[in-house]
Amino acid sequence: MMPQKAPDHIVKSFDDELRKLREQILAMGGRAEAQLADAITALAKRDSDKAVRVIESDKGIDAIEMTVAQDSLKILALRQPMAKDLREVVAAIKISSDIERIGDYAKNIAKRTLQLNQQAPLKPTGSIPRMGDLAIKLISAVLSAYANDDADGLIAAWRSDESIDEMYNSLFRELLTYMMEDPRNIGASTHLLFIAKNIERIGDHATNIAETVHFLVHGKPIDETRPKGDTTNVAING
Amino acid sequence: MNAISPTLAKMHGRKVTVHYGSKQALFDVDLDVPERMVTALIGPSGCGKSTFLRCLNRMNDVIDGCKVGGEITLDGQDIYDPKLDVVMLRARIGMVFQKPNPFPKSIYDNVAYGPRIHGMAGTKGELDEIVRGSLEKAGLWKEVKERLDQPGTGLSGGQQQRLCIARAIAVSPEVILMDEPCSALDPIATAKIEELIDELRENFTIVIVTHSMQQAARVSQKTAFFHLGQLIEWGDTEQIFTSPKDERTQGYITGRFG
Repeated sequence: MMPQKAPDHIVKSFDDELRKLREQILAMGGRAEAQLADAITALAKRDSDKAVRVIESDKGIDAIEMTVAQDSLKILALRQPMAKDLREVVAAIKISSDIERIGDYAKNIAKRTLQLNQQAPLKPTGSIPRMGDLAIKLISAVLSAYANDDADGLIAAWRSDESIDEMYNSLFRELLTYMMEDPRNIGASTHLLFIAKNIERIGDHATNIAETVHFLVHGKPIDETRPKGDTTNVAING
Repeated sequence: MNAISPTLAKMHGRKVTVHYGSKQALFDVDLDVPERMVTALIGPSGCGKSTFLRCLNRMNDVIDGCKVGGEITLDGQDIYDPKLDVVMLRARIGMVFQKPNPFPKSIYDNVAYGPRIHGMAGTKGELDEIVRGSLEKAGLWKEVKERLDQPGTGLSGGQQQRLCIARAIAVSPEVILMDEPCSALDPIATAKIEELIDELRENFTIVIVTHSMQQAARVSQKTAFFHLGQLIEWGDTEQIFTSPKDERTQGYITGRFG
C-alpha cells in the first residue's frame, strides 16, 4: 500500500503542476455535477430559462478540458513522470474526458427540455429526477474519492451504477407503454427516453471515473466484473 | 518479491554481502538474472548497484579490503569457487565500463586481443571473421571497415563505446555487464547503444547499471531497485515504473528523494 500523501518532489514546481491538474479536474467535475442538477431541475420545473443557461455553460467545461489536455501533455513532455505521477497524469486525461461527456449529456438533456416544454407534460417526467439524483450522487462520490485519493468507498459507488441501469430499464418499458397507448405521446416519450438514456450514459462515465481513480490509487484495475444492468437491447423483442 | 523459476535464470545471487574493510556495502541481496534478458540495476549513488554488478564477474577481487559473502552462481556453478579460473570466468562474463576505454592499439587489435589470448582463432582468416562479426554485432563495422589499422582512440566517444562492446563480445561471453555505458555519450550515441543492447539480448544475457531511469525503462525487461545496500524491489520493468510496490522505489523513481 502506498502512503496516502506522498512526500514532495525534489523539484517543487512539479508538485505545483500536479496539484493544479487535480484542482482543474475537481473544478470541472463540480461544474458538470451542477450542470446535471440544473438540467434535471429545468426538466422537472419546466424552466426553459434554466435549460438555456445549462446549454450555454457547457462551453466552460469544454474549455477546462482543453487546459487539462495541454497541461498533461506538457507534464508528460517536460517531466517524464513515473509510477504514481504517471498514473496521475493519465488519470487526469481520462477523467477530464469522462467529465466532458457528462457535461455534453447534461447539455443534451437541457436541449430536449426546451422541446418538451413546448408540449403537454407527460407523467414519467417524475421518475427521471430520481434517476438523475442517483447519477449526481454517483458523480459526487467518485469525485470526492478522487479528491481524497481514497479508493476505499469507491466500489460501493461503482456498484450503484446498477440501480441507475435498472431505473432506466423500467422507464424504458413504461415509455413504450405510453407510446403504444396513444401515438400522440410518441414525440414527448422519445425525448424522455433519450434523456433517460443520457442519464444512464452519465452513470457509465461516472463508473469509468471510479475505475480510473482505483487504478490511480492502487496501480491496478478493480478486479470484479463491471455492473451491467441495461437490458433494453433485448427488452424490445422480449 | 517475485521469483523467476530457476531454469530461466542465468545467474543467481543468494544472500550476497560485500564489505569494504569494516564498512558493509551490500546486505543479503537475493537477485536472479534471467537468461537473454536485460536486467537494469537502479538506485541512488552509493546504493550498492555497481558493487553488486562487480560481484557478478569478481571484479571486486581486485579491490583491496573487499570481501564478498553469500553465493553467486552462473549456470548453477559457484563463481567464487577457489578452484575456478577467474580469467575464464571473465571471458564468459564480459564487461563494458562507464567511460569508453579502448586499448591504445588499432581498431582491429582492440577486438582481436581477447580471441588471441584465449586462443580462439587458429588462422588469420578465422581471427578476421571474429573481428568482423563482433564489429557487425556492435553496429560499428560499416563505420570502421576502411580503417581497421587506425587507433581505436581516434574514434568518437560513441564509436569508442561500441568498440568496447565489440571487444567484449569478441570472446563470445554469455553475460555482458554494463556499468553506466552511456553516461559519457550524447543522446544520439546513447540511442545507438540502446538499440544495440536490444539486439544483443537475442544472444546475450545483459545486466546494466544506469542512473537514467528513462534508460532503464527503455532497455530492460527486469528492473532491480537498490537503496542503502539493500535490494528493495525487483520485478518486471513495466511494473516497477508504473506501479512499484515499495514506497522507497516510488519515492526514488518519481524524484522524491535522491
